[in-house]
Amino acid sequence: MAIFSVYVVNKAGGLIYQFDNYVPRAEAEKTFSYPLDLVLKIHDEKVVVSFGQRDGIRGMSSVATSSGVFRILLFAIGSQLSPEVGSSGIEMLETDMFKLHCFQTLTGIKFIVLADPRQSGIDALLRKIYEIYSDFALKNPFYSLEMPIRCELFDQNLKGALEIAEKAGNFGPGS
Amino acid sequence: LCRECKRLTILNSELFTLTYGALVTQLCKDYENDEEVNKQLDKMGYNIGVRLIEDFLARSSVGRCQDFRETADVIAKVAFKMYLGITPSVTNWSPAGDEFSLILESNPLVDFVELPDNHSTLVYSNLLCGVLRGALEMVQMAVDVKFAQDSLRGDNVTEIRMKFIKRIEENLPAGDE
Repeated sequence: MAIFSVYVVNKAGGLIYQFDNYVPRAEAEKTFSYPLDLVLKIHDEKVVVSFGQRDGIRGMSSVATSSGVFRILLFAIGSQLSPEVGSSGIEMLETDMFKLHCFQTLTGIKFIVLADPRQSGIDALLRKIYEIYSDFALKNPFYSLEMPIRCELFDQNLKGALEIAEKAGNFGPGS
Repeated sequence: LCRECKRLTILNSELFTLTYGALVTQLCKDYENDEEVNKQLDKMGYNIGVRLIEDFLARSSVGRCQDFRETADVIAKVAFKMYLGITPSVTNWSPAGDEFSLILESNPLVDFVELPDNHSTLVYSNLLCGVLRGALEMVQMAVDVKFAQDSLRGDNVTEIRMKFIKRIEENLPAGDE
């Protein structure tokens, strides 16, 4: 999976959408014999231990915790840190492990994509996500502006766009 | 046909005219007062505008306008063309450059419409004023928009007057001056 996460941040700096596209490593491994003295259940499409937690076996905690680092304050900090005057924030942050791309619209909405450093076509992907947002979130009259996006069509189309970007990414023309 | 062209040809303009007409007549029944209907149309327009602006920015490659004159041109030549298929002309600039008029030769909302005598103060297309106000507010511009002339009410042309009030500072995206 070359595109790790997608975030959408509203004008006030609140996270209104998050999609994480990677498989978390197992935090602990233990062998059990039947009968299990743990009860597992499905919660939010993840497996969680609902009874019998011990020895660090807690099931998969929300993958959001590590990505909480990449929140909105990046913008305020980015503007302060920038050597340029009138900087509008972070557009791209590169490390060995990932590249963080950000697109800010004239209306103050920010689209953030975390991807493999070798993944190309992210600029086009960000524009596409903006289109998907303007279609499936904003044109849904039951979606309120600035609120968390809970629209299935948005999810579906976003995932579709990510798939296309990932396939075309490494072989297509650079972003 | 490219995807954009397909989208534009699917919507039948008669259905659009009828839908808008149904909206206005229902508001007239509900509120029984032209002033109130005008207000409601403006409010509904505003709610459309705050959403439509993102669609506009996502689909056109327009960047931030440098001044109000550029804004006027973008509204008339890009936005009106994109959403209503018409290109109003921009005229009557105030000396300070903070007010201008959009002259509409035609208006798809009012095809086939005649205002009866008992609705002489109804601003039938007031939705448009709300749309423009809402859309510009989302790009940090407070404007006042109203109809200065209305062909439905006997004038020769339809004229929308737009006045720049101020820049909205509080929610400016970081770094914008």
